[in-house]
Amino acid sequence: MPGNLVPGEFLVDIDYERCRRCKRCVLNCGFGAFDFKDRTVADSSKCVACHRCVAFCPEDAITVTRNPLAFRENASWDVNLRKMIWKQAETSGIMLTGMGNDLPWLNVFDHLLIDACQVTNPSIDPLREPMELRTYLGKKPAKLKVGKDDGHYRLETPVAKNLKLDVPIMFSPMSYGAVSLNTHRALAIAAERLGTVMNTGEGGLHKELYPYGDHIIVQCASGRFGVHSEYLNAGVAVEIKIGQGAKPGIGGHLPGEKIGRDVSSTRMIPVGTDALSPAPHHDIYSIEDLRQLIYALKEASGYKPLSVKIATVHNVAAICSGIARAGADIIYLDGFRGGSGATPTVIRDHVGIPLEIALAVVDERLRQEGIRNEVSIIAAGGIRCAADVAKAIALGADAVAIGTAALIALGCRVCQKCYTGNCSWGICTQRPELTARLDPDWGAERLVNLVNSWAHELQEVLGALGVNAIESLRGNRERLRALGLDSTTMEILDVQPAGR
Amino acid sequence: MRVISDMTERVKEREAGVKAITLDAKGVYYRDLNENIRELIDRGYQEIVLDGVNGQRYIGDGLDEKVTIVINGVPGNDLGAFMNGPTIIVNDNAQDVVGNTMNSGKIVVKGHAGDVIGYGMRGGRIFVTGDIGYRVGIHMKSFKDQVPVIVAGGRAGDFFGEYMAGGIMVLLGSGEGDSPLVGHYVGTGMHGGVIYIKGKVRDSQLGREVRLFPLEEEDRVLLEGLLEEFSQSTGTSARPVDPAEFIKLMPFSHRPYGNMYVY
Repeated sequence: MPGNLVPGEFLVDIDYERCRRCKRCVLNCGFGAFDFKDRTVADSSKCVACHRCVAFCPEDAITVTRNPLAFRENASWDVNLRKMIWKQAETSGIMLTGMGNDLPWLNVFDHLLIDACQVTNPSIDPLREPMELRTYLGKKPAKLKVGKDDGHYRLETPVAKNLKLDVPIMFSPMSYGAVSLNTHRALAIAAERLGTVMNTGEGGLHKELYPYGDHIIVQCASGRFGVHSEYLNAGVAVEIKIGQGAKPGIGGHLPGEKIGRDVSSTRMIPVGTDALSPAPHHDIYSIEDLRQLIYALKEASGYKPLSVKIATVHNVAAICSGIARAGADIIYLDGFRGGSGATPTVIRDHVGIPLEIALAVVDERLRQEGIRNEVSIIAAGGIRCAADVAKAIALGADAVAIGTAALIALGCRVCQKCYTGNCSWGICTQRPELTARLDPDWGAERLVNLVNSWAHELQEVLGALGVNAIESLRGNRERLRALGLDSTTMEILDVQPAGR
Repeated sequence: MRVISDMTERVKEREAGVKAITLDAKGVYYRDLNENIRELIDRGYQEIVLDGVNGQRYIGDGLDEKVTIVINGVPGNDLGAFMNGPTIIVNDNAQDVVGNTMNSGKIVVKGHAGDVIGYGMRGGRIFVTGDIGYRVGIHMKSFKDQVPVIVAGGRAGDFFGEYMAGGIMVLLGSGEGDSPLVGHYVGTGMHGGVIYIKGKVRDSQLGREVRLFPLEEEDRVLLEGLLEEFSQSTGTSARPVDPAEFIKLMPFSHRPYGNMYVY
């Protein structure tokens, strides 16, 4: 019997008329799809379409195409379903994947349109007039009391520590261990230059990056990897990670292969052991317990702003009310399109709800309860462009976080093979010969360029809307219209249909 | 938040060179109490005695200094969370999550302690003379020369050593009543470290990831040392270790879920 019934997904074709046998493709492929036997030969079954070979072939001799192998069409039995069954029949394993949900679920962002000014109120030209994007995250006082002495006005209301962002876009948590140190370096350098923050994810912070602490949120997840008092004081805010959009409700397993010397010393676990994150924090079984950990971390960090990250699930509004009441300063909502270095396919593709809907209901619930000022909301998990940023903010986000978009800026082709540790672009790998490929300064520059271009686009959108600060768009759903959404979804989003 | 002046401040004469102070913590809000402790440490006090403690949380939370805190009364949850150096002595019972994610230092509880003791603990010692609750030592891990140790004189609830990734746990099982020595799912998900239990445990009580191993001479030497330290710290009597009385549990894999996934 054949050992493997699953045909390869891609075909690699080498044009031998062009190929000069320089072997760059052999050296560049992290997945070992090329070999050299008299001439360069490709094993298409190993190809993941990461395009590293194509990008580095000096003769343009390589083409990667989708395997055209025909399957009998069947609307119920998508080819991917058949392939999963073959793999599972062979191994009895849980299907593992990387990045975010890739099924064609309705994307609400793509059914929302932004307003603009015409005739009756003037739009603003952001190139020549001030356009404020600065954002503060954290508790805001319910009301302000201003006193006066010696003719000078003075704010009497105590204001809690807030996190200052020059742009309402931050980098989402991606742990060192999942991604390479050079990726963390690029994110930290870019965050500093942009006046925003990166987030350690749950794998601790490499000692070398401590100087960037003013632009880093340090995370404390259920595995408590690399969490100690110095770490908790190294960042500008602390985040409790409860859930992740790509894998709500489940823990994480960073395979032992990725725990080399440097990852080991940052996570503070021995080399080569699996880093297992329990599904829940075992000191949090209730909102009261969450409050307990929030204040344990505040006590240990000198009362820095504290964020709680959750995946968007069905009951997200009530959960967020609880998180706000538990004392969090920031709620980080990770939608069901959020990425991951490794997640079971069944969870990634079928668990959770869209970010857009979660944002709307959380913002609404917190307003109804009169506690919206107690927390800021970060929206993540499916932010792909400046339009998504504007729409998320109009739906109620204070800021957004980008993960996948940032990785794409660094060269990621979204091949979804992050869990293999073979990333040819040096991003999601710990193999030294691969990680060395990502130059942190080159990466940082690309990240800065990306965020700056989105910031300019945001300013254009704000100008078109006739407002001069991102604050004026925040939660302003009147400036959104829906096209092609059902009436219940529009009611939940509190957005009118286009034309009304 | 100047509470110190309201608290009875008595600087005691101790051996030369040790600055010690006693505070009356009765009715003091936890934030004020902990603020005071940090301030006293900044002022150079090496021993702080807290009288009348009744449920205040987070005592010793995140402290890096090698001071001694003596607690008379029952401290609240998260005692010594994220702690990195101090010694805390509780002359009473303690509540839940003692030594949460503790990095180094020592906590001695001369009574019982609650659930989730030593969660994610990476170094230091926790000694409890009495019983401990559920999920004690969960996800404890060792790193280089940091080997966390939990010793309890009494009995333990379910999920003892769940997800344990490193370190040493010893359960001595003394006490009255007929509650079992330890609950179910002992060492479930365990992928590092070692558990010693004085007494017998049924196979049905064990997690799938652990096996029984015979005690070697080096285990006896290790236990002798730990139990000597335990008895000195807790003021209980130490007896010579008879390996025949103990069982030793270790995981059979550092990667229990390595074959669970397909790509």
